[in-house]
Amino acid sequence: MDMQFTPEDLAFRDEVRQFIADEHPKALLGIRYRQHLKREDILAWHQILYQKGWIAPNWPVEYGGTGWTPMQRYMFSEECARAETVTILPFGLNMVGPVIYTFGSPEQKERFLPKILSAEHWWCQGYSEPEAGSDLASLRTTAVLDGDEYVINGQKTWTTLAQLANWIFVLARTDPGAKPQAGISFFLVDMNTPGVSVRPIKLIDGSYEVNDTFFDNVRVPRENMIGEENQGWTYAKFLLGHERVGIAGVARSKTALGYVRDMAAHEMVDGVPLGEDDGFAAKLAEVEIELTALEFTELRSLAAESQGRAPGAEASILKIRGTEIQQRITELAVEAVAHYGFPKGPSEDGATVGPAYAVGAVDNYLQMRKTSIYGGSNEIQRNIIAKMVLGL
Amino acid sequence: MDFSFTEEQQLLRSSIGRFIQEQYRIDTRREIVASETGWRRDYWEQFADLGLLAAAFPEADGGFRSSPIDTLVIMEELGKGLVVEPYLPTAILGSAFLCNGASEAMRADLIPSIMEGQTILAFAYAEPQGRYNLANLTTFAQKDGNSYVINGYKAVVIGAPMADKLIVTTRTAGEQRDRDGITVFLVDRHARGLSRRDYTTIDGYRASDVTFDNVRVDAAAVLGEPDGGLPLIDQAVDAGIAAICGEALGAMKTVNEMTIEYAKNRKQFGTPIGKFQVLQHRMVDMFIAYEQSISMTYMVHLKLDAAPVERVQAAAAAKVQIGKAGRYIGQEAVQIHGGMGMTDELALGYYFKRLTMIDTQFGNVDHHLRRYARAA
Repeated sequence: MDMQFTPEDLAFRDEVRQFIADEHPKALLGIRYRQHLKREDILAWHQILYQKGWIAPNWPVEYGGTGWTPMQRYMFSEECARAETVTILPFGLNMVGPVIYTFGSPEQKERFLPKILSAEHWWCQGYSEPEAGSDLASLRTTAVLDGDEYVINGQKTWTTLAQLANWIFVLARTDPGAKPQAGISFFLVDMNTPGVSVRPIKLIDGSYEVNDTFFDNVRVPRENMIGEENQGWTYAKFLLGHERVGIAGVARSKTALGYVRDMAAHEMVDGVPLGEDDGFAAKLAEVEIELTALEFTELRSLAAESQGRAPGAEASILKIRGTEIQQRITELAVEAVAHYGFPKGPSEDGATVGPAYAVGAVDNYLQMRKTSIYGGSNEIQRNIIAKMVLGL
Repeated sequence: MDFSFTEEQQLLRSSIGRFIQEQYRIDTRREIVASETGWRRDYWEQFADLGLLAAAFPEADGGFRSSPIDTLVIMEELGKGLVVEPYLPTAILGSAFLCNGASEAMRADLIPSIMEGQTILAFAYAEPQGRYNLANLTTFAQKDGNSYVINGYKAVVIGAPMADKLIVTTRTAGEQRDRDGITVFLVDRHARGLSRRDYTTIDGYRASDVTFDNVRVDAAAVLGEPDGGLPLIDQAVDAGIAAICGEALGAMKTVNEMTIEYAKNRKQFGTPIGKFQVLQHRMVDMFIAYEQSISMTYMVHLKLDAAPVERVQAAAAAKVQIGKAGRYIGQEAVQIHGGMGMTDELALGYYFKRLTMIDTQFGNVDHHLRRYARAA
């Protein structure tokens, strides 16, 4: 047993670090809260990585992957987080992409994969429905074959950034008579097809990130179905496994904790920085220790993967602990900024109220409550561990 | 020992409850928060007619307060409706400062006008460097003949944009954090040299950062003892703490009810999610947290007139309980609501935001843990 990175790994890390320093748009480094980014800002870093050939580290080389080891992929994502690069959206690259190259036809691979890499297609996820959240298999959206086309009717919800997307992958019921999991198929739908409409959902922090997406007699060519009819649940579960790649967010949490340390260095408690207050310093230490435990859990999982062992329940552990820590850090930020948590945005004359580091701290706390809900709620993750690992 | 409410208190409760049911539903509140002024003066006049403002003042001043429990009942009901009109600064803090610190002349001048709904107050005490220490003041009032000249800066003055007068804490002698040398003033909103930067708060209030640039006030505008204002401030803030604990009770009760209702109706895996034991136990813990908060809130109200050390500990203890319970209940309610809990569509988010900010208001859990420990 050892916990050293190899010289090759460290050299790779330096290469990534240098590339980010040289190529990432400076103005877009270190933006705390992604929802304030514009479309072109989100795409800017994507394009740079695409040109470099680094946009899809998780993909097989034949489809545009980098051929990196699991440890290199980890280091790459850690370096991006450490430098606070723009976040690459997962919907195409980490979600539908792997489904297409694993289960898609040669034509589908040829048609869709290059456009995921180039970001010509911006994908969003048509999974959850108003009545099908944690119980995804109870979804009601239907797809009925009519000639060479499926006709899709129903409603999807929580579609992240659907307002910017031009493609959506959709789970729909093709066999209403079968068991819930057995009658589902997986479709790729052009958002510009007549009958697709998007309604924004306003969130508690006032932002618009997710949407309701409606399908009203949307005609989808048969060749846009993935794999076999009624086998969609298999593909959907496969995708959910990929959704949790990187969900621990260790490096992002380290960065966020760094922000709180910065706040605590500036906030004064009777002349002494909050960060030097024993109570608050202990709270920071506690999170950092939890983060260390999470980081080494992730490294253990990666090392096992490098040795060819398939990932097991680690994904659920990483998701649960990762999101709990992310949320804890946002709580500490709210505590740190004290009175200046109150202002919602700038004053009526447009000025920032209070210190710059306080802006958005409470909104971010509110917003990050979503992390224990999305991607399979933490309750569902615990069910997975109970069932798959503990055998309960 | 008796923890029941009087008939008058129950009537007060039901009349506010009716007002909120009929006139202050969440869509109305949304409109009020989004409006230009951020409050409804006609509602404020209704509050006066309902006696809510007079209920905060003793009979000697023309009000009808029988005990601190009267305003507890009011705050609890206002908390259920998340009412943003400035009841806390005007009635609760106004009463505490004026009844304990104002001259006969000032009381006679102001209290009737407040009870009639004609005068609105705001409390300017926080300063960026002071955090939650009420005595850490750099806003300075220099005595000049029969008046004072105030210079300084106050942070996050809730309700300042609509206030006719500000209650302002200042240093008049001593060092920045001395407990002596503090003086409280009543300052008119139109005073020359007073300027505001107005904004909306996360929880739907209007607030301002206020700058004092050679603001001249008459010596008659002093509340409490010149150079000895801190006991008055402490006492008023503890009354404010008790009041927002009451408000939090109303918010927590509503949130718990919403969550239970949602869990009964929301079906997944062919059954209401409220049937899952893992969620049942969490809702039980939310209920227990609420019950403990009721106890502490009653306790602090019953000790508001106790000796300072006992009062301070009671207020600190109650604020710790409410801060922790409010965070716990708010977070769990959102989680149990799932994605819906994250939306602006449900009222839940507004309660979550208010409960979050109640922890910050007048000092958070950490601050009051220390205050409690030091008071012993």
